[in-house]
Parts: sequence; C-alpha cells; structure tokens
Amino acid sequence: MIDVQNLTKYYGDFCAVDDISLTIEPGRILGLLGPNGAGKTTTLRMLTGFFSPTSGTIRINDLKMPEDTLKIKSMIGYLPESAPLYHNMLVYDYLDYVARLKGMDDPDRRLARFRELGRLCGLSGIMDKPIGNLSKGLRQRVGLAHAMMSDPDILILDEPTSGLDPNQIAEIRDIIKGIGREKTIIFSTHILSEAEATCDRIAIINKGKKVADASTEQLKQNARHRSLIRLTLQNAEITAALDHLKAFDASLDITVTDTPASEGISFELCSKEDKDIRQDLYLSIKKTDWIITELARQSLALEEIFHELTREGV
Amino acid sequence: MTPIKTIALKEFKDYFISPIAYIVISLFLIVTGWFFFSTFFIYGRADLRDFFALLPITFSFFIPAVTMRMFAEEKNVGSYESLLTMPVSFAHIALGKFFAASAFAAAMLLPTLSYPLFISFLGNVDLGPVAGGYIGAILLGGAYCSIGLFASALTRNQIIAFIIGCAICFTLTIIDRMLFFVPESLVPAVEYLGANAHFTNISKGIIDSRDLIYFASVIFIFIFSTDIAMKEKN
Repeated sequence: MIDVQNLTKYYGDFCAVDDISLTIEPGRILGLLGPNGAGKTTTLRMLTGFFSPTSGTIRINDLKMPEDTLKIKSMIGYLPESAPLYHNMLVYDYLDYVARLKGMDDPDRRLARFRELGRLCGLSGIMDKPIGNLSKGLRQRVGLAHAMMSDPDILILDEPTSGLDPNQIAEIRDIIKGIGREKTIIFSTHILSEAEATCDRIAIINKGKKVADASTEQLKQNARHRSLIRLTLQNAEITAALDHLKAFDASLDITVTDTPASEGISFELCSKEDKDIRQDLYLSIKKTDWIITELARQSLALEEIFHELTREGV
Repeated sequence: MTPIKTIALKEFKDYFISPIAYIVISLFLIVTGWFFFSTFFIYGRADLRDFFALLPITFSFFIPAVTMRMFAEEKNVGSYESLLTMPVSFAHIALGKFFAASAFAAAMLLPTLSYPLFISFLGNVDLGPVAGGYIGAILLGGAYCSIGLFASALTRNQIIAFIIGCAICFTLTIIDRMLFFVPESLVPAVEYLGANAHFTNISKGIIDSRDLIYFASVIFIFIFSTDIAMKEKN
C-alpha cells in the first residue's frame, strides 16, 4: 500500500509537482501519464527517495519518509529513465555489485537469482559483455534486472519502453505484466496505448497537477459516453447541409473536415447528450436528395481524453 | 560495513578497468622520479628526504585528478540516481569512495618503494624516516582524497571538481609559507592548518599525536562535508 498525500516539489521558483495525492493498493499496476515535462519523473524520484519533497508525505505500508528512507529504499526496485548504468562494467559484475549492495550476501542465492533474472529479462547470452557495448534495449533490460534484483514488493519504472523498437516494447510490456500479478508497479509513460494495455489504473498529470485518476476501465467508459459521429454527404451544398444539421439538433457541435471534393462533404458531429442520434439523423437526411456515404460512430479514445486534459494552455 | 566494502572494491577495480589508473600512475612516477633523481647524485645523500619534501605538492595535483570522477561522473552519466536509490546511506557511499581513492593513492606510492631499495645499494639508508615518510604519505594521500571527494560531490563537471580539489589541497600545502600575509595573532592557528608541516614532522620519523589528529580531522571534516553536499543536492 503506497499512500502519497499532497506531494509538492519546487525547483527554486518553478513548481514541478503541485499537490499530488495518490494511493496504490498492493498488486496493482498504476500508469503515470503525462506530456513531457509534466512532472512524472520528479514524482517517481520522490517516491524512490532520490529527491526529497518540498512538502507532502509519502507512506509505504507503515513506513514513512524521510525517517525510514533506507527501509523504504530496500522495498523498492527502481528503473530510472534511460537506465543509467556503469558503462565500463560487465553485465555480470554490475548485477553482482547491485546484489551485494541490496544485501544479498549469500553467493549461492545471488547466482540463483542471476539465473532467474537472466531468463526473465533475456540476459543469459550477454552476461560477459561490457554494458557500454550493449544496445539501448539490452541496457534497458539490464536496468530492469537491477530493479528486480532483490525481488522487491514495489517496482517503479520510469519510461521503461522509451527508445525501444516495437518488438522490444512488446517484450518489456510482457515482463511488466508478468511481474505485475504479484507486485505493485508504478510506471510512467507518454504512450497511451501502452498504459491502456498494461495498467489497472491510470493517473494523468499535467504541469505538475493531477488531472485524472481512475481505473483504466472507468476512463474508457467515460470516453465512450461522449461519442463522435462522422457523416459524409454527397450531392450536398455545404451551407444547406450545415443549416439542415443545425435545424435537426441545435445542440450539436459541428466541424467540417477536410476531404477531397470528389468524396463529398464530411462532418464531425459531437453530441452533448448521451444518446445515439444516428437513426434520427438518417431519417432526417432521407427527406433530402443527398446521399449518405458514411455514417459512423467513433467512441472517444483514451487519447482524446488525454489531449483534452493536457492540451489547454499549450 | 558490507556496503562500504562493496562500494570501495567496485570503485577501486574501476580505476584499473579504464586507462586512467595506468596514465596517472605513470605520470606520477615520471614527475616524482625526475624531481628526485635529478638532484640525488649531486647531493650524494642516501635518503628519501627530497622525494618526501615534494610529495605534498605533487599530491595536491595528482590526488584531485584521481578523485575528480568519483561523484561528478556518476552525476553526469546518471548512475548517481541508481546508486542513491539503493538501500545504502550517504555515509556508506562517501566512505566507500574514500577508501577506494585512498587505496589508489597507496597503489600509486607502491612502485616508489623501489627507490629506498636501490638507494640501499649505494649507502646506509635510515629506515625510520623512510617508514615515517610512507606512513605520512598515506595520511596525506587520505586527507587529499577526502578533499578531492568533497570537490567532486559539489559538481557534475569533472574539470571543475579537479580545479576545486587542487585549489583546496594546494592552499593547505603552501599556507604555512604565506604566513607573512597573516596578522601575528593568527600565525599559530594558520600554521597548524598547513598540511606540509605535519607531513614533514612524520616524514622525519617523528610520529606525534598532534600530526595524526590533524590528518584524522581533515579526513573527517571533508568526508562529513561530502555527506552534507550529497544531502543538500536533493
């Protein structure tokens, strides 16, 4: 159980994180979403004890920062952004160093853990290579092995898939899902589909403030309520069509989209109310001599919500 | 104690993985060897006095070069973040790095043990001052390592760390030769601050508790300052 209350961080005058509160139940995957510079990394750094917050409290189970920072650190596995590692060390030496620092004194236990992590993170073939010679994806996996070394209850991953190719992203995502069955995971990303695919819960932050915090299902549900209708008409005059649509339902939010003239005129209609207007729309247009070539409902994707919540002021 | 040992071992090995160690040790041997032997046969004395007399000056340039990367590089690469989020305290990290740097300073002095060996073929070497000289050199090296470490903890730029380290070490080395700038009432205090006099005492073979306390305090103060500098940056 992670409980964060009113977390705030100032860098000089600049407020990077503004009054964020979060609670995360054990065994859940929380995705921290936000545009670049929203304060994701700063929030995670405070959770891991790397930064101390300007104000606010962080509690993990019964432990509190900063009094129990050392104990909390030993419960958390952290993968910093872009997995910074010692480039001149061999993968094996690095993992051994990490294991020792995490208090794994028994050599047999260390070796068993390296084998397990080697299999889990796909490191078996590169244990004897210098980290500096590895590709970005492989380094990311070494970083992941670092984070999971002592089998911590909480994993904090800062943009674990950034800079990876699609195959690697899928692999890392599978690993996260796999370990997320037992562990609490918090990870940050700016890729929405990723959060949608892996997280139980999503918190969106923008400019240091939390703007949304709900389960992934709930967020999608909210999105579905406000649907968007795409309508394409042929044989129609643009002004006449607009007048007709306004007469049909004055509360509609109508935008004309760019389409080649040969395909007719396209509109995007956004209904304020939560009901399906397609039937009525069809019946109303049937009375004219226009031809409907497209009439489709699109549910607002998570992406739209994200844009809406984070775009203002840009 | 284990985390300190783990960090110290890792940092010490790091020196020898990269070419830094070999370059610094070679340069150190060339510089000290040349200064020492260029006048050795002119004076014709079978002792290491001139070698130890120059050591505070050479150390005040070489030791900051050894320690400059300790924190600055980690901050620059970002591995500092991985290190600080592991279950180790700031003091463990500072001490681990201090022991690694001091061990490296000792490794740098190791080849110079051949000097007394060669000189012993030429005449009777008094072993007291030689032993004292090496004990003093280790203490001086340790003190300068703690200063260099502190300088490195202040910045993410290795060059700045080197210059700050040099400046503090060099000041401690020459301060007792600048006493005519100091008001008379402060002379004893400033004299005590100079590392040179304390080192010279030990290298004469006189091991006085005042000198030992001096080096122990310098090491303690700068490791403590390193600890504060690390906390302050977060």
